[in-house]
Amino acid sequence: MQLYYLPVHELHTMLAKRQISAEELCRAFFERIDSVEEKLKAYVTLTRENALEQAREIDRRIAGGEQISPLGGIPVAVKDNLCTEGVRTTCSSKILYNFVPPYSATVIKKLNAAGAVILGKTNMDEFAMGSSTENSGFFPTNNPWDPERVPGGSSGGSAVAVAAGEAAAALGSDTGGSIRQPAALCGVVGLKPTYGAVSRFGLVAFASSLDQIGPLTRDVTDCALVMNVIAGHDPLDSTSAPGQAPDYTGYLKNDVRGLKIGVPKEYMGEGISPAVKQVIERALATLATLGAEIEETSLPHSEYALPAYYLIAPAEASSNLARYDGVRYGYRAEGAADVVEMFMRTRSLGFGPEVKRRIMLGTYALSAGYYDAYYLKALKVRTLIKQDFDRAFARYDVLLSPTTPSPAFKKGEKMADPLQMYMSDICTLAVNLAGLPGISVPAGFVDGLPVGMQLIGKPFDEGTLLRVAYTFEQNTDYHKARPGI
Amino acid sequence: MEYEAVIGLEVHVELKTKTKIFCSSTTEFGGEPNTHTCPVCLGLPGVLPVLNKKVLEYAIRAALALNCEIAEYSKFDRKNYYYPDMPKNYQISQYDLPLARNGYLDIEIEGRTRRIGITRVHMEEDTGKLVHQGTITTTPYSLVDYNRAGVPLIEIVSEPDLRSPEEARVYMEKLRSIIQYTGVSDCKMEEGSLRCDANVSVRPKGAKEFGTKTEIKNMNSFRALYRALSYEVQRQIDVLEEGGRIVQETRTWDEGRGVTLPMRSKEEAHDYRYFPEPDLVPLVIDRQWVEEIRAALPELPDQRRQRYIRDFGLPAYDASVLTATVELADYFEACVARYPDAKTVSNWVMGELARLLNAHNMEITQCRITPEQLADMLRLIDQGTISGKIAKTVFEEMFVTGNHPEKIVREKGLVQITDEGAIATVVEEVMAKNPKVVEDYRAGKEKALGFLVGQVMKATRGKANPEIVNRLFKERL
Repeated sequence: MQLYYLPVHELHTMLAKRQISAEELCRAFFERIDSVEEKLKAYVTLTRENALEQAREIDRRIAGGEQISPLGGIPVAVKDNLCTEGVRTTCSSKILYNFVPPYSATVIKKLNAAGAVILGKTNMDEFAMGSSTENSGFFPTNNPWDPERVPGGSSGGSAVAVAAGEAAAALGSDTGGSIRQPAALCGVVGLKPTYGAVSRFGLVAFASSLDQIGPLTRDVTDCALVMNVIAGHDPLDSTSAPGQAPDYTGYLKNDVRGLKIGVPKEYMGEGISPAVKQVIERALATLATLGAEIEETSLPHSEYALPAYYLIAPAEASSNLARYDGVRYGYRAEGAADVVEMFMRTRSLGFGPEVKRRIMLGTYALSAGYYDAYYLKALKVRTLIKQDFDRAFARYDVLLSPTTPSPAFKKGEKMADPLQMYMSDICTLAVNLAGLPGISVPAGFVDGLPVGMQLIGKPFDEGTLLRVAYTFEQNTDYHKARPGI
Repeated sequence: MEYEAVIGLEVHVELKTKTKIFCSSTTEFGGEPNTHTCPVCLGLPGVLPVLNKKVLEYAIRAALALNCEIAEYSKFDRKNYYYPDMPKNYQISQYDLPLARNGYLDIEIEGRTRRIGITRVHMEEDTGKLVHQGTITTTPYSLVDYNRAGVPLIEIVSEPDLRSPEEARVYMEKLRSIIQYTGVSDCKMEEGSLRCDANVSVRPKGAKEFGTKTEIKNMNSFRALYRALSYEVQRQIDVLEEGGRIVQETRTWDEGRGVTLPMRSKEEAHDYRYFPEPDLVPLVIDRQWVEEIRAALPELPDQRRQRYIRDFGLPAYDASVLTATVELADYFEACVARYPDAKTVSNWVMGELARLLNAHNMEITQCRITPEQLADMLRLIDQGTISGKIAKTVFEEMFVTGNHPEKIVREKGLVQITDEGAIATVVEEVMAKNPKVVEDYRAGKEKALGFLVGQVMKATRGKANPEIVNRLFKERL
């Protein structure tokens, strides 16, 4: 297999054994990027010189006899809503097209400390609002399995980079499915950790109470390796969980005997394509053969997750995005007569239509006279949804569902109908509302397009998710398939 | 008809923590614009606030000093509005679950004590400042300084218990005094570390219902507060007397013109769209910690005032004036420690010293007269070395030069003349030179004596012992 298609743990072995240098590896990835990027458009910014310098530094350390960490010298991509000191961070928005942060996100610092080589910043739906990466303020990204189709979103660039060998691993962010959904549509592993497991410091906020950073990788082992680097308490994030993160690789056991898996019937019913359902049923059969106990269960308030999400997330977004006003940084519209007009023109021209739609929705939901009926009601629904999960987890170790209702859809297909687009996250939204960990793993194909299986866990029980995902992966070959690009 | 004013104050106090409320930038006043900043207080994309625990401690201390109940569970909220001095276009504040509620403070008005309710005390971050070229309406552009952005504030909201501009002013002074005593703020109105907005309405005296209120902003001194409220109360009475109705609106105080002017109407009022701040976790406030803070509260103005009346035997008025600021009270007590006649010390501190400080626009902390020097000077009077009158001259010299009173008396030759023979010579000279005045006195004009004594003092440059002078005249007349 091509170097650029190997998982991180295999590349690490080659680096450690000096079968290849970090610089050679880095160049191999840039060659791959140069050959496919025009077709895929995964990256907003490439940091070629920085990356090569980082790689040479790792080589010097290896030459000096240093033991490198599992991500040392590994070429990775990061979503363009993660602040990188000295490298522009745009959120794929015109309003931040020229924003160069004077600081790095905590996860970026951790990647740097681990010796990871950052190749560039990946495309996304503007401010992470979308499910297809078509809402990028710059250009859409294409699915490597079929460039006529979307890669999912909002972390579409990161998913494509990993799927197409443009990076060995990537970071994305997930507010309602933005890691898991593109991971599913591109045939890679994507984990949204428990809310608070990974520091959000330096992640440009979309909806603060829902956002989490997580890995997109080729396999479950790589997922655990990246989590080992990025998870853990951060004093700069008040919502980050106290205490030390576990060694996630410790959970990589090929054994699900006796584990209880619940399958919420609401996630297998209306709206889920029959072909996807078939894939999931086959996966369930595999896990049953391996000794897991599988039962149908119910999350009765599931149908309210989408409306609750589309009140809470836009409400927070309307406030989080208020700072983009042209005063201090980013794009500023010229020719305004006064400051109010400058605000209005800057925001009218700087934001794309989906972002504006959500700002309006959120502003409305928080307005006097509507707050109780919308925002407050949505918070109550959120509590009910959490309670659904609590009840389910009293009986099951993990819950299992499709990650998305269908495989990758055609570009443009859902752009005219926002609600259809929102439905693409119907299986993933509730997990964010409840703050739970969720992972998507490749589970099969429909018409040559990857299908993802989602596992949902108890708070801070990424371990069991990794164990089930790992076991499934060890007993299937879906994760080894590569797109023919 | 007779009206009464109904006034409630919203007071903002900057807490003097070393660092800002949600980041580690310095809170120091002044500095080159935008140098006391970091990505967090500039609201750059992706940053997160982390609560400075000292802010919480200071806020609790202030709230306890104002007799508030401290919440067991509290949280921060976002107050959303657009203004260029707001880095995030929202302010992190507290809305429905403030830190503290149900407090009060007592004010003295015309010898009566009035208890003014405090509705709530909450924490929030300060905004930056706009620097205009000229005035806000004519400036071609404005510059923004974010040094102040993120400086911790507490907002103290009173009940509508104040009934006159004078009560409002006294309340503010008392509030400032209490907060200063707790050590959590400098409370300098001129530096903006103490700011105040007022809600004002009027109603027929004795009425139960409140009238329609206006909110008054931009009162930047105690004097401005008093003048603005006096103006606004009278304006509302005039409107009602002419059969008009009060419009609920926000008005701004124009210091130069001495009027309040409409700023925005109720319809134009901001909808702040408050919602819980998702970047901060709710506060669960440990009861034991609150009790530790309570136990560590310093003596507050009311307690100190009572002690002055009880232990020093001072009149209530003296006690109030002397305890108004920690610094003045500390100075007074340092003097009393060296010169135990508290009333005499009080007379000098409240009289000559206050007059000189006022005339030189100085604070007690800048005073060059040490408590030792003041005590030594009082002893010079007691010993008869200088007269009370000369003492005032000596005191002023001490104030200006910082020199010891004995040095001044010696160098300026101000030692009192107590030699009866020497004084008698002068007395006889004066009598000889002013036979007409002597006649007047003998004819019953008591006031003539004052003139004669004055002439002796003039001749001796004030150094003659006045008692001896008086006695010698009386013996001879």
